[in-house]
Amino acid sequence: MPAPAKPRLAVWKFASCDGCQLTMLNLEDELVALADRLEIANFREASSAVVAGPYDLSLVEGSITTPEDAERIREVRAQSRVLVTIGACATAGGIQALRNFAHLDDFRRAVYAHPEFIETLATSTPIADHVIVDGELRGCPISPRQLRELFSAFLGHRSPDLPTESVCAECKRRGNVCVVVARGIPCLGPVTQTGCGALCPSYHRGCYGCFGPQGSPNLPSMLDHLTALGMTPPEVTRVFRTFNAAAPAFRAAADRASGLSGAP
Amino acid sequence: MTERTIRVDYLARVEGEGAFRLRMTGGRVEEAELRIFEPPRFFEAFLKGRSYAEAPDITARICGICPVAYQMSSTQAMERALGLRVDPALKDLRRLLYCGEWIESHALHIYLLHAPDFLGYPDAIRLAKDHPEAVARGLALKKAGNAVLETLGGRSVHPINVRVGGFYRVPTREEMDRLRSVLSGALAEAEETVRFVSGFPFPPVEEDYEFVALTSPDEYPLGEGTVTSSAGFTVPPERFEEVFEESQVPYSHALQSHRRKAGAYLVGPLARYALNHDRLTPRVRQAARDAGLPPVVRNPDQSIVVRALEVLYAVEEGLRLAEAYRVPPRPAVEMPDPVPAAEGVGITEAPRGMLYHRYRLGEGGIIQEARIVAPTSQNQARIEEDLRHLAERTPDLDEARLTSALEHAIRNHDPCISCATHFLKLDLVRQ
Repeated sequence: MPAPAKPRLAVWKFASCDGCQLTMLNLEDELVALADRLEIANFREASSAVVAGPYDLSLVEGSITTPEDAERIREVRAQSRVLVTIGACATAGGIQALRNFAHLDDFRRAVYAHPEFIETLATSTPIADHVIVDGELRGCPISPRQLRELFSAFLGHRSPDLPTESVCAECKRRGNVCVVVARGIPCLGPVTQTGCGALCPSYHRGCYGCFGPQGSPNLPSMLDHLTALGMTPPEVTRVFRTFNAAAPAFRAAADRASGLSGAP
Repeated sequence: MTERTIRVDYLARVEGEGAFRLRMTGGRVEEAELRIFEPPRFFEAFLKGRSYAEAPDITARICGICPVAYQMSSTQAMERALGLRVDPALKDLRRLLYCGEWIESHALHIYLLHAPDFLGYPDAIRLAKDHPEAVARGLALKKAGNAVLETLGGRSVHPINVRVGGFYRVPTREEMDRLRSVLSGALAEAEETVRFVSGFPFPPVEEDYEFVALTSPDEYPLGEGTVTSSAGFTVPPERFEEVFEESQVPYSHALQSHRRKAGAYLVGPLARYALNHDRLTPRVRQAARDAGLPPVVRNPDQSIVVRALEVLYAVEEGLRLAEAYRVPPRPAVEMPDPVPAAEGVGITEAPRGMLYHRYRLGEGGIIQEARIVAPTSQNQARIEEDLRHLAERTPDLDEARLTSALEHAIRNHDPCISCATHFLKLDLVRQ
């Protein structure tokens, strides 16, 4: 009996920093073994050999910021059995989604030599705004541990175990002393999805929300708490407008905070 | 005369989305264009209005391959603006962190992106079928670099522990001891890497580069120095924009740098090595001699050997810093309160070459203006010259061979397209 064909993997890039793709190459201990189980069929950053689709698993990094990319993601979807978005750009529009909040005239007035050479959309949007997505890995960047889990689950024909609880739960399990309680440091842990390993509190720093909002964040309470810790409304607005600025819950939090500041 | 056009629409094994097109008539190259089509993300536009303290985390997102470089240049610019003097012990920790990024980024490029060109494979996975020990060595080195980044930075991509003035938390003695043993184990792998890549075939070619890199009196440059050119001048970082300028070309989303009234120049490993050879350690200089390398290397293919020498340097330097480590009394220096209006410049050596940041801050430390010049935009024009010379030197190559030779020539300079594309201002197109 012939060996069953290896599932085909494709890795795609849209507007992004390449860090989430790099996370795959950072699986130093598993990379070669992984290539035994999966055919790396289309991964431009790693290989100049490209096998035509369809693909069994497509990992998509980056957000949609140009008319061409809005078209290209449909082609990617059409060739992919399972499509998983990786990282904050793909799942929430990324840092480049800050353009979504800019006064468009300010950008227009910005000085550029030859704007006619460049074509971009006014917004940066997540992949799920354009095509159906089968799964997502959060984070700016994604966690290597969750990427490993995604591959194991895919190869084992099961759903990946990707908790949607808050960073606080993981932080407690790590035995960290709470940075808010012990040091009065503002921390987005209560409203941010876990997955990073509660990294920032482990380094005596408040969480800055790079995994985006958790399943059921209590944002009004969070906003009150940040204010009580001494943050001004513009500071609260900015803290929600970073790497997951266009994620609906964070967007709402920033809008509410900026309303408090009296800004438009 | 016959006209030939060679094009590759999506370069593989580089970071980001690039292409090139070369048009020849007879044996003469009419156009050599490195086209960067990665969509711009407008960092300089949205840095306006953010706090000075946010610049290290925000600019790190320009590049997932060299986030530490962005954190180092931005913190240095802010510290200069605010007149802060960072404790020497904290500077040493930053240098160690930077060594980690050099090791990781260079090992990635040497083994996973560049070596397949020399050995005739499409990627490292297929290279590993025939040379498993080489790929294993590359991955082990890369992992050692990542161990440095994870210990000091919290994670290897977009570290979370760097701030203006220092760190959020400094490593414990035990954490540093573990790192010391990792680095000490990596020394032999780094030396073997120099031997491995120096055995690759290098056709005898020399390019007439103007090299530009940081130099400082007593160390190989990572985190600071003055800007030095092989054309025979040195300027302080504050005068960078007087000497170098950027311009826009229609076929690319990246600006191209030139030296004013001079032309294209090269930053990166070849430039650093040529301008700082005597500040390498005896072990690295000996490895260079054993590899048959002169103190100035003008053969672009041999950049892979110089990169390997820099890995060896970074491992040795990292080990020295880890061994000398004493837990500093404080993780960061105090910030001024209130933060005054100010302006500052920072230049550090990213794995791919000099990375320039300049910020103008208003009252309260809010960024009014940001200017960033990445190494790949500085090298873009010089890479095009390499392509032109290569095609004119080898007019008889068939199309497939010439195409792969040109791709190899681009990879010689490890272009990071994500870095090069971040800065164009927005032109809105409504659908």
